[in-house]
Amino acid sequence: MNNSFLLDGEDVPFIPGQTVMQAAAAAGKYIPHLCWHPDFTAHGSCKLCTVKIGGRFATACTTRAAAGQEVDNRTEELTAKRRTLLQLLFVEGNHFCPSCEKSGNCVLQATAYEMGMLSPHFDHFYPDRAVDASHPDVLLDFNRCIMCELCVRASREVDGKDVFALSGRGAKSHLIVNSETGRLADTDFAVTDRAAEVCPVGVILKKRVGFAVPIGQRDYDEKPISEKAVGKVADGVKEAG
Amino acid sequence: MVIKSMHDSLRIPGSQEDSVAAAKIATILDRHARDGTRLVQILREVQDAEGWLSPATLSAIAEGIGWPRAQVESTANFYSFFHTRPLGEYRILFSDNITDRMLGNQDLMRSLCQKLWLEPGHMSEDGLVSVDATSCTGMCDQGPALLANYRTITRLTPERIDEMAHLIRRRVPVGDWPSDWFHVEDNIRRRDALLDHGLAPGEALAAALDRGPAGLLGEIERSALRGRGGAGFGSDIKWRSCRDAWGDAHYVICNADEGEPGTFKDRVLLSSYFDMVVDGMCIAGFAIGASKGFIYLRGEYRYLLDRLETRLAQRREAGLLGRNILGRGFSFDIEIHLGAGAYICGEESALIESLEGKPGKPRIRPPFPVTHGYLAQPTTVNNVETLALAALIAVKGGEWFRGIGTAYSTGTKLLSVSGDVARPGIYEFPFGVTVAEVLEAAGAPDTQAVTTAGAAGSCLSADEFGRHIAFEDVPTGGSIMVFDRSRDMFEVARNFAHFFAHESCGFCTPCRVGTAVNARLLDKLANDHGSPYDLDEMEKMHRLMQGASHCGLGNTATIALRDMLAKFRPAFDRRLHSPDYEPGFDLDAALSQARQMTGRDDPGAHLTDNLSAHAGETPSEAQP
Ligand SMILES: Cc1cc2nc3c(=O)[nH]c(=O)nc-3n(C[C@H](O)[C@H](O)[C@H](O)COP(=O)(O)O)c2cc1C
Ligand code: SF4
Ligand code: SF4
Ligand code: FES
Ligand code: FES
Repeated sequence: MNNSFLLDGEDVPFIPGQTVMQAAAAAGKYIPHLCWHPDFTAHGSCKLCTVKIGGRFATACTTRAAAGQEVDNRTEELTAKRRTLLQLLFVEGNHFCPSCEKSGNCVLQATAYEMGMLSPHFDHFYPDRAVDASHPDVLLDFNRCIMCELCVRASREVDGKDVFALSGRGAKSHLIVNSETGRLADTDFAVTDRAAEVCPVGVILKKRVGFAVPIGQRDYDEKPISEKAVGKVADGVKEAG
Repeated sequence: MVIKSMHDSLRIPGSQEDSVAAAKIATILDRHARDGTRLVQILREVQDAEGWLSPATLSAIAEGIGWPRAQVESTANFYSFFHTRPLGEYRILFSDNITDRMLGNQDLMRSLCQKLWLEPGHMSEDGLVSVDATSCTGMCDQGPALLANYRTITRLTPERIDEMAHLIRRRVPVGDWPSDWFHVEDNIRRRDALLDHGLAPGEALAAALDRGPAGLLGEIERSALRGRGGAGFGSDIKWRSCRDAWGDAHYVICNADEGEPGTFKDRVLLSSYFDMVVDGMCIAGFAIGASKGFIYLRGEYRYLLDRLETRLAQRREAGLLGRNILGRGFSFDIEIHLGAGAYICGEESALIESLEGKPGKPRIRPPFPVTHGYLAQPTTVNNVETLALAALIAVKGGEWFRGIGTAYSTGTKLLSVSGDVARPGIYEFPFGVTVAEVLEAAGAPDTQAVTTAGAAGSCLSADEFGRHIAFEDVPTGGSIMVFDRSRDMFEVARNFAHFFAHESCGFCTPCRVGTAVNARLLDKLANDHGSPYDLDEMEKMHRLMQGASHCGLGNTATIALRDMLAKFRPAFDRRLHSPDYEPGFDLDAALSQARQMTGRDDPGAHLTDNLSAHAGETPSEAQP
């Protein structure tokens, strides 16, 4: 049997062992995602990549591609679900995009535009989350954390440091750092760590480089994420073999 | 519990007290061979010794087991029964299932708080005691119940609460409180094939050894036994795929987490039929080729731990457990792990994570536990009742078992019946029994509604009581909660919504945020700010969470709510303030803090009209 599946009716080839997400990205097809990144093990938690395979919901980033699969991706039903998921993430944290250093480079914001999300819709939770400015080179603004654990995985899998972990349960889930004081300055985190680069939103911010690129000329100001992301990712996946 | 309370936080490093604490922690760590997979057990024992888990304690444990500190903190903060801040010498947790509420637990909790001069959730100013609510403790047939320093007390009355306040103020240790308070009844109301088994300890195990693994698996297959933990998975298929999976070792796990609100049948099996459960585990081990098993006992059943461990020791002496069982060359031993207050740890992959010392977050599946379970080895997870039934089948055979129940649901089912019934307790019925027959047996003449799978399943109205309890009609893990016509089904829905918001593990977006949104929407209705729009929002959350959630918790968390919205609509409509959109934010109420601070309560300090212009701005609330 030929190693390909149908994504919204189009043929997508895959290498056995690849997930639906990996195969789609390699073929230049965009499946919305937040917690997935080509360089790290899949996490399957944000659920933005929820697709319908043979009529059943599944996450594209954790489901292995199989020959003959029929995968629905950019349908109105799924877009509506993804919009609701994004709204939930927006109200769960404190996202004031106009004053956020990440605006324009933020995957959450860009995905929200892509899904046609016009308002947060639900009542805001306004959680009380402190900012950690202790580290000389990096600021942590937990208000924007979406619990994707990309920093957790980058620190563990690439930096070999385990600087970050998700703590708490349910709505009380929150990111912590690896020190008794709870301060980033008291960990072995360095601005050169991979974990300093991966945050899709505006939590892990380098000091002294803020607003270097003016808003309006940033990543997703140029092109929507559906075009931008697949370009980047397709390269990554190809390189990774 | 030996607790040194408040001044622990002020401990001076290097002090004598510090080194005593360090020595205690070292002893506990050594007892667990400094093995990080035992972290949940280590944290519980250290907390028992120290009173709470201070930042320094967590660092010491992390160093002891060689884990990153953040991971130790992550585990400690996941479980409700671990505290990373001091909560007093006495920790009182009122069971807060809807059945406890129907028996008046809220008045009792308020009264205890008043007598002790404290606010729920906060420690008294002298650092002596804290009072809070906790999810269902599995005593719905003899509630209202509470946990005092994690020991179960049943049948609370205003008099017991009075006396408890006295005992706490006089600093009488919980172990010296009146012993009848701790008495837990079995309340078995109807016995059938399992509860009337008449077998001696080890008899079923001997029968299984006689049959050999293949013969035994054949009988399980003939019996058509399906798992009693909820999903109804075929036990023979699970055991065979586990047996066939390649691994260094195979494991059997007995799921005794029994967290579903309204279930308590596993409690009774563990209390009074423990030999059947242990026989069942040994039999499962024999079938799949395992030599080690775990019982994951929910933290709420802490009171059973010593008794069960004693019984395991007796069985080892009698040659019914451990090396060379019954002299037949088969070796299998069992260890009990205690949970620490997390409903999600009943989900089998979350349970395994917890057994490995981690937060109980469900794994990505596949791979399934039968191939990659405990320590990534082939593992079969079965409910307590499933294992006891396997023991029965080993003796009596599959054909016999299949003769009981219905074609798709063979055998009997233990039902935990509670709520508005004359005789709450355990009813063993063959599958196929109607809901009406169960109600009749329990004495429930005036029933409005029945939830048939705890908070996570359907809610039936009177016209459906002719339906049959069976996987093919009304599936159940055994929790049957009964509500008579005097009950407000809105309050049932609200209690369930808060339960799920509290118990969501937080891993995936739809469940973590969706359960919190639902709890807020129901609170909004309860506070007279509801509109039909909010009811539609709950339907929307249902459609999202069912399908997009990562595990069974999120996928089932809105089923009862949806049923209640459909079948008991007037209970919700009554709460609606206006037919149009209503903001959840009450500006005048938000000013109450300012009034309190300025000591004003005159008309000028109040807003007269409802400023609904501030739609969508809700002040952050304390989590339920
Ligand atoms: C949120 C959640 C909680 C669960 N709680 C329990 C439980 O307390 N006891 C149990 O036996 N199964 C529970 N289960 C089901 C288990 O995942 C698993 O299916 C079961 O233990 C398998 O045993 P069985 O095949 O004997 O039914 C739960 C599932 C979910 C999703
Ligand atoms: S800090 Fe950023 S990368 Fe880390 S979990 Fe939060 S959102 Fe994800
Ligand atoms: S559905 Fe809920 S309990 Fe299950 S993984 Fe998601 S957040 Fe956790
Ligand atoms: S990208 Fe797949 S679940 Fe987050
Ligand atoms: S724009 Fe700031 S986190 Fe997305």
